[in-house]
Amino acid sequence: MSMTEDKRIDPADMRIVNHAVPKVDAEALVTGRSVYTNDLAPEDCLIVKIIRSPHAHALIREINTVRAEAVPGIECILTYKDCPDKRFTMAGQTYPEPSPYDRLILDQRMRFVGDAAAIVAGTSEEAVRRAMKLVKIKYEVLEPVLDFRKAKDNPILVHPEDNWRSLCPVGADNKRNLCAHGVSEAGDIDAVLASCEHVIDRVYHTQANQQAMMETFRTYTYMDAYGRINVVSSTQVPFHVRRILANALDIPKSKVRVIKPRIGGGFGAKQTSVSEVYPAIVTWKTGKPAKILFTREESMIASSPRHEMEMHVRVGSDNEGNIRGIDLYTLSNTGAFGEHGPTTVGLSGHKSIPLYGTPEAFRFTYDVVYTNVMSSGAYRGYGATQGIFAVESAVNELAKELGMDPTVLREKNLVREGQIMPAYYGEKTESCALDRCLARAKEMIGWDEKYPCRDMGNGKVRGVGVAMAMQGSGISSVDTGTVAIKVNDDGFYSLMVGATDMGTGCDTILSQMAAECLDCDMKDIIVHGVDTDISPYDTGSYASSTTYVTGMAVVRTCAKLREKICERGAEYLGCSVDDVEFDGEVVTNLKNGESISRKDIGNKVMCFNNEALAASEAFSSPTSPPPFMAGIAEVEIDKETGVVEMVDYAAVVDCGTVVNPALARVQTEGGIAQGIGMALFEDIVYSKKGKDYSNSFMQYKIPSRLDVGNIRVEFESSYEPTGPFGAKSIGEIVINTPSPAIINAIQNAVGVTIRELPATAEKVYRGMQEQKQI
Amino acid sequence: MEIKFVLNEKHMCVDVKADAILMDVLRSLGCKSIKCGCETTNCGLCTVWIDGKSRLSCSVLAASVDGHEITTLEGVEDEAAEFGRFLAAEGGEQCGFCSPGFIMNVLAMKRELTDPDLEEIKEYLAGNLCRCTGYMSQLRAIEKYMAAQKEKEVQA
Repeated sequence: MSMTEDKRIDPADMRIVNHAVPKVDAEALVTGRSVYTNDLAPEDCLIVKIIRSPHAHALIREINTVRAEAVPGIECILTYKDCPDKRFTMAGQTYPEPSPYDRLILDQRMRFVGDAAAIVAGTSEEAVRRAMKLVKIKYEVLEPVLDFRKAKDNPILVHPEDNWRSLCPVGADNKRNLCAHGVSEAGDIDAVLASCEHVIDRVYHTQANQQAMMETFRTYTYMDAYGRINVVSSTQVPFHVRRILANALDIPKSKVRVIKPRIGGGFGAKQTSVSEVYPAIVTWKTGKPAKILFTREESMIASSPRHEMEMHVRVGSDNEGNIRGIDLYTLSNTGAFGEHGPTTVGLSGHKSIPLYGTPEAFRFTYDVVYTNVMSSGAYRGYGATQGIFAVESAVNELAKELGMDPTVLREKNLVREGQIMPAYYGEKTESCALDRCLARAKEMIGWDEKYPCRDMGNGKVRGVGVAMAMQGSGISSVDTGTVAIKVNDDGFYSLMVGATDMGTGCDTILSQMAAECLDCDMKDIIVHGVDTDISPYDTGSYASSTTYVTGMAVVRTCAKLREKICERGAEYLGCSVDDVEFDGEVVTNLKNGESISRKDIGNKVMCFNNEALAASEAFSSPTSPPPFMAGIAEVEIDKETGVVEMVDYAAVVDCGTVVNPALARVQTEGGIAQGIGMALFEDIVYSKKGKDYSNSFMQYKIPSRLDVGNIRVEFESSYEPTGPFGAKSIGEIVINTPSPAIINAIQNAVGVTIRELPATAEKVYRGMQEQKQI
Repeated sequence: MEIKFVLNEKHMCVDVKADAILMDVLRSLGCKSIKCGCETTNCGLCTVWIDGKSRLSCSVLAASVDGHEITTLEGVEDEAAEFGRFLAAEGGEQCGFCSPGFIMNVLAMKRELTDPDLEEIKEYLAGNLCRCTGYMSQLRAIEKYMAAQKEKEVQA
């Protein structure tokens, strides 16, 4: 069923969209083919490794590389003296990036334990390891800033340097350790809260989390025949990496080509160019191919985890539970560098407060501070996860104070289709089935029978808890997706995308949309992405943008291509274009029934032809339609030990039309599992001196299949009029409900309110002990 | 040192260093399905069979497999593809990076356990981490695959 932008299509009429089509790369993945970065790297790559700072804050006073360079097989050892003194950001964002230009490839100042002090490259792993031990570095150790609550205006500066730059007006000031600061409000929040009969006033804390994608950061680089550096990398943002590398190496962008092969997961981690600069500078300096593979330890101590945030929430209501005002202050810890600092914090308010539609007043203020721990970055949910934990937890505490069922309190206040959301940039919800999501989730879990808790009679008690969530679909007025489709001989199509499939399946769902629009089969389309030399521009796969933004670019491109196929068919049939119709297989002259097949057109345009049979269109949206969801957790708590076990999780998502039900379901199940890890045990723990203890899968536990209980997912679809086939995003929203829902379930089971994640057995146990004392 | 072993039914004679890790040796012999996910034996990505039993190749010295029989995903490709179709039908391969190790262990489980229930399946595969899927789709795929295998046996 072909679609145009202004035509609404019933999902029941779709042939390929809204169907569980297997991923186009499935066979290669399940048979272990060589498709990932390290499988493809040439054998003769120099091995690149990084010597990392043992100090949280220090200045390099001396580096002696003489003995190390003498190790057989060592190609080069680079120090800050070998790197351009021009700051850039590793954040994969659209230029001008909101993240400050605060990085050098190597710097004299060390800003966290694990910061890059030197780069060693050699012909073998063994040689490089030996040389690393022989590099002698003298540090002047400085006092670090480790408590993010004390970072703002601290006399110790993380970035005292004068060439630090902020390109956007985000309220950054390196002389105050401030990466961003801002206020957004509507109405008089103080007056409204003063007149509320109930005000919940609480502080919540969310920890830093690792994305922990199975494939760690990795990149290889080589020079091509044109004197350009080619970069093959496990990245979500190939086009941004091109700019970042040009900035870092201080070379023209035209000198850089970036290719992304299959990617072993990203979840936002690879929206920062964590690994690319190191082999790139080695190749640029030596002319030789080079590769870096981050160890799991490096991926844990020098990566791009979720921003730690502390959120002060005030929620006010009347006696009936009508929420009248929400006030949120977020303090975010960006760590040593500002990657994604100014933007993640925004979502903590703009994607939590609007869940409650149109309160009389809201205020959202924030500070983002530098500290001497590893830089934070983008992690699925991107600040919304943190803010939703705080606001949803406060609403659950309000329900408790009011003596109301938390689902009933939400039914009274949740945002509905057609409402204006002042805290969501004043946008109107054109599509919203949040009310249906909540109702269905309650049915699925059996809320009315299970709320608040059931004593199981064996020392264990089960409780249920609820939360809602929203996200966006791309960054409004910024994210741009471009798609190109060409007709080849025998009429098969090449779908060229710049969006990055990182395992999520966007190569598949974009092909589904194209096949639907072009009235052809999936097998008639080959898909290619991403090579910055070949692919059309796309901001990249982040901000929940691909389905919505790049998907609309597919729709537009297909509409244009259909016109061109009709024109060419009419020309070959010798008739007017107004008289033909294209059904996906043949162009038919409706006046005389004569027709020409797509195959014949494809072959004919390869001979005596003056116009390419191809189309390329872009899409960018002035709005970012939010998907919505409701999540209900059922947990079982051991009253003796405080151990929390997941029993059941019911999730109902409104992502508009579901483009691929199997993949959307897996996105949801996977996001919930990550959210369970965040809620119950994942935590990055630092020593008093700033060393990251959580440096392996032993110390940083991610959920195994024994930890997640049962996860059940359903969809309640609205229809987003501005989206492709009515679709909105799915990738990020799904991580947002577990933390508040699980905390609510614990609260409902044993009366303990955890405001600092994760909810470890120890915290639950202590909470229960404190209650006994009262 | 020279070691001799059978790799996917082929006799191999390989010169390895005394401290060489099996995972690295197998990858250098072209078995690129084997992935390294953690270095601390927590993730299951590097699972291969030694004499038919699942082992984590990241923590096995290559020298110790002298005289033994090694199977990697490359050696059971058809069977992997068959189960893989069930996995893909559920969308359960996602990024695919953990799939080879996971599939090796699923196929080992099939050989070792008869009629495992859900809890036994989860227990058997607990060491195979996946960050994408939340595991549910993998379980659905296993259940459908096992049912289909049973059907086959009945027909045979």
